[in-house]
Amino acid sequence: MSDLAAYESAYITHEDVIGDVAGYRRPYYKTQPEYLYPPYRSTIKRAPTRSLVWLPHTLSEITGPVFGYDDVKPDDADLTRQHSGEPLGERIIVSGRLLDENSKPVVKALIELWQANAAGRYRHDVDDHDAPLDPNFTGGGRVLTDAHGNYRFITIKPGAYPWRNHYNAWRPAHLHFSVFGIGLAQRLVTQMHFPGDPLISYDPMFNSVPDDNARQRLISQFDWEGTIPDFAIAFRFDIVLRGREQTFTQSTRS
Amino acid sequence: MSLLSTPSQTVGPFLSIGFSALAVDALAAEHPGGERVLIHGRLLDGDGKGASEGVIEVWQANVHGRYASPEDPQNKPIDRAFRGFGRVLTNADGEFRFSTVKPGRVPGPGGTSQAPHLAVTVFMRGLLKQLLTRMYFPEEAANEADPVLKRVPADRRHTLIARRGADDALHWNIVLQGEDETVFFDF
Ligand SMILES: [Fe+3]
Repeated sequence: MSDLAAYESAYITHEDVIGDVAGYRRPYYKTQPEYLYPPYRSTIKRAPTRSLVWLPHTLSEITGPVFGYDDVKPDDADLTRQHSGEPLGERIIVSGRLLDENSKPVVKALIELWQANAAGRYRHDVDDHDAPLDPNFTGGGRVLTDAHGNYRFITIKPGAYPWRNHYNAWRPAHLHFSVFGIGLAQRLVTQMHFPGDPLISYDPMFNSVPDDNARQRLISQFDWEGTIPDFAIAFRFDIVLRGREQTFTQSTRS
Repeated sequence: MSLLSTPSQTVGPFLSIGFSALAVDALAAEHPGGERVLIHGRLLDGDGKGASEGVIEVWQANVHGRYASPEDPQNKPIDRAFRGFGRVLTNADGEFRFSTVKPGRVPGPGGTSQAPHLAVTVFMRGLLKQLLTRMYFPEEAANEADPVLKRVPADRRHTLIARRGADDALHWNIVLQGEDETVFFDF
C-alpha cells in the first residue's frame, strides 16, 4: 500500500468513527407535548400534518452554539435594574440548576428569560391587554450557568393575563425560559409556573403535556433558603435537558 | 437514567422580548472565507399566511466542515470569528432573511459524508415544541448521497433544498402544513 493510500484509509476509518456519534436520548413516553393539541387552538394551523422523518443524531445535532461573557453581561440576570427606577410588583429570586437526564450539570449554558410585568402586560406591540405598562420594566434577561450548572435571576412576579383561546381564558403567572444545552438536540423552550396558582389546572399549554409527573416539572417551588430577609422571596426551578446515550452506537438504522 | 427532561412549552407571541438581544442575521460578519450566501424565506402557516413572530435559528459548520463546538472532535480548522449560530425573527409577513457562508461537509453515520446543510430550528406561537428541519443547497452533487436526505421520501426532498433566485439569493420557505409541507424531523 502506498503511503497516500495508507493515509487515506486511516483517515476514512477515523472519519467513520467520528460520524458514528452517541446521540441524545429520545423523550420518554408522554413526557413532552405533541405538536397537535386542539384545546390550544393555535396548534391546529401550525402542527405538521405529515409524518416526521426520523433523524439519527449526527455531529450536526450533538454540537451546538457556545455562548460566553461577550453575549451576557452580569447585570442581564437582574430584571429589576434595567431602568432608572424600580419596577412595581413583588420582587422575586428565581434560581435552579440546569442538569441533563444523566444528572450531569450543564455548565456555561445560556438561559434566556422573558415575562409580563406585575400587571400581566408584556412590553410588546402585539399585547393589547388593558393593563398598565411599567416604565421601569422590560421583562427580558439572560444568564450563563456557573461551573455547577446553577443559574439565578432577580425579577418581579408577573401577573396573570387573559388570552383569546377560549371563553374566560387566563394564563397562570409564568416565566418563559429558553435554554441552550451542549447539543442542538437539547435545545429547550419552556415555561415556569408558581406553586399554588389556581389557574394552572385550567391552562391548555400546561395540560398539553400528557404525563402528570412531567407536568409538575413546570411548577417551581417556594425556596425558603433562597429567600432574603427584607429583600425578596425566592423560587426554585430546576431544568432538565435530554441526556446523552451512554453507549457508543453504530448506525444500523440507515 | 435518573432524571427526566423538563417538558417543552410554546414561546408564545412575545418571544422577541427574550430573543432580540442575541439575534444574529449576519452569521459571517467577519468573513471567514468561502462562498457567501444570502437566504430569503417565508414561514407559512396552515392557511398559507405568513406567520409573524416566529424565530428561525440556524446552526452550521464552517467552510471546512467543522462546528465551533468542543463536541466536534474533527481535526479541522476553527474560525474564531465564525460561531455558526444565527437567529432571525420573522416580520409581519412571515419573512426572514440572513446571510452566511456555505458550510463544508461533516461526517455522517456509517462512514458517510453529509452534504452541506444548515440545521434549522423553528419556534413560534402555536408550536408546543420546536420544529427541526434542514436547509440544503441547490446544484450540489453531494445531496444525492446525503445520509439524511436519503431517509426523506423522494417526493418530499425538494422541501429541504433551497432554490437559487434570479437575484442570486437562495430562496427557501418553511411551510408548516399543506401541499408542500416542509419535512420536519423526529429528533
Ligand atoms: Fe406568556
